Amino acid sequence: MEKNPASVGIVKTEYFTIEEKIQLESGVQFGPVQVAYETYGVLNEQKDNAILLLHALTGDAHAAGYNSENDKKPGWWDDMVGPGKAFDTNKYFVISSNMLGGCSGTTGPCSINPDTGKPYGLDFPVITIEDAVKVQKKLVDFLGVKKLIVAGGSMGGMQALEWSIAHPDMVDAVIIIASTSRLTAQGIAFNAVGRNAILSDPDFNNGDYYDKEKQPERGLAIARMVGHITYLCEESMHNKFGRRFQHSDRPNFDFNVDFQVESYLEHQGRVFVDRFDANSYLYITKAVDYFDLAAKYGSLKNAFEKTNARFLVMSFTSDWLFPTSQSKEIVQALIKAGKDVSFCEIESPCGHDAFLLEFETQTKIVKSFLAKGEPND
Amino acid sequence: MTDTKDSLHVNYSVITEFIEKGSRVLDLGCGEGGLLKMLIDKKHCSGSGIEIDQNNVISSIQKGLSVVQGDIDEGLKEFMDNEYDYVILNQTLQSTEKPDYVIEEMLRVGKKCVVSFPNFGYWRVRFYLFFKGRMPKSRMLPFCWYDTPNIHLLTVEDFFDFCKQRNINIKKQVYIKRGKISKNPFTGFLTNLLCEEAVFVIER
Repeated sequence: MEKNPASVGIVKTEYFTIEEKIQLESGVQFGPVQVAYETYGVLNEQKDNAILLLHALTGDAHAAGYNSENDKKPGWWDDMVGPGKAFDTNKYFVISSNMLGGCSGTTGPCSINPDTGKPYGLDFPVITIEDAVKVQKKLVDFLGVKKLIVAGGSMGGMQALEWSIAHPDMVDAVIIIASTSRLTAQGIAFNAVGRNAILSDPDFNNGDYYDKEKQPERGLAIARMVGHITYLCEESMHNKFGRRFQHSDRPNFDFNVDFQVESYLEHQGRVFVDRFDANSYLYITKAVDYFDLAAKYGSLKNAFEKTNARFLVMSFTSDWLFPTSQSKEIVQALIKAGKDVSFCEIESPCGHDAFLLEFETQTKIVKSFLAKGEPND
Repeated sequence: MTDTKDSLHVNYSVITEFIEKGSRVLDLGCGEGGLLKMLIDKKHCSGSGIEIDQNNVISSIQKGLSVVQGDIDEGLKEFMDNEYDYVILNQTLQSTEKPDYVIEEMLRVGKKCVVSFPNFGYWRVRFYLFFKGRMPKSRMLPFCWYDTPNIHLLTVEDFFDFCKQRNINIKKQVYIKRGKISKNPFTGFLTNLLCEEAVFVIER
């Protein structure tokens, strides 16, 4: 690990258990739930300087810093979280937790079902974004937080929206990046292809594969490949790979990995199966697909009626998975509901991935937005 | 009023004078947010801005303002009738695709509206075209014909006609010449000739 003054340094993932059962949106009573989380910075005496970061589809609690001296890569949002960074850990108590249904420490389908002593598999209940937020609420209450700012990109933005609506007295400010109040039919379609790849893998075994020799790796890898196509865009793929061949300047005339773009997708699929669980992928993509604030509240304006927070919404020009038009829908509904909102569409050739890459522009905007709420600024 | 050296910002002072303390304002085409910030600081106004350019939006947010990136030519559909005390269109009317629609939308959303624009009837502009035979350039109109954002230039007389045709009341008017408020006592033809920039408060 390089010594970097702007890094939060070595951090430890902590665990918190919610012993009592939680009422899920589906009506099911579920528990206990373990939550994996990390915190950076210090909670102040008023307990009102917290920022809750909400990860995207396959993220985890490890948002910043390194888990050990030997860690090669920092947390998923390290560019944005640390001393002096956008989410300034000198000022804020930053919290990041793994989502319910995940596979990185928080209870999910790969966790042991206390009733059977075996992993839940498909006995895990179907969860929603609302359920994930319920679990996060228990965590921030446990940490003693009274007021907080919520921030997230992509699926994290959905959770941030849900937070602002579910806990209007607690949330002061909301940062929504490359997100939406409901996924497009196109977005659901891509998730469906991913789920189908997993479900039709012969090693899937109806979700009961944890003690088997073979795991549904191929299905999960294909799901990830499809996902990665949607995180990029035509321009970024062209810039990264073009039509170049992987090993020579000529085609192989076979069906092995030939093009660079094929090799990239193969690689993304391969590394993904080492860190992610196929069942979690099914559950979490489903939660994303179900999320629809307008349907739940009658209209998006109605959904925002009770929030007391200020909002910052950002989108990226080349993001076609969570397009600017969807961010604008959120912004327009917030304006209709008379809420304080700023919106910026950031020029970027990186597609949906931009929210993890374009950190310089985001830092400028996020810092200014947060500074507005700071008393001494 | 002439204390500011930057003549382009005289209109900020003029508009700030116009607007009552504590008003709720919406600044269309707010640029880097200078005017909105002045209204909030000096007149304790609340409100927000709409701006099309990403860098200007970021500059505005950096000033602590609430600004939404957007194109005012698309209208103000998300805003309710009479939601604001003032809707401001400062030096932007001439750059809009649909100036008439933009003004109608302003009058719907704002109880009162402030509109300012460079006067194409100003004598120097007329002389430039008359003697040089080329599209006029000046401090107020610094662009070439091919790169100007000013696609709907107008004169003070044009604006009077427009308001009359559409039953829009002109509540106040201030004319600015060479960075100073013009004290000329004339009206009509001479005003149009002597004013470089006009600021109006209108309502319906």
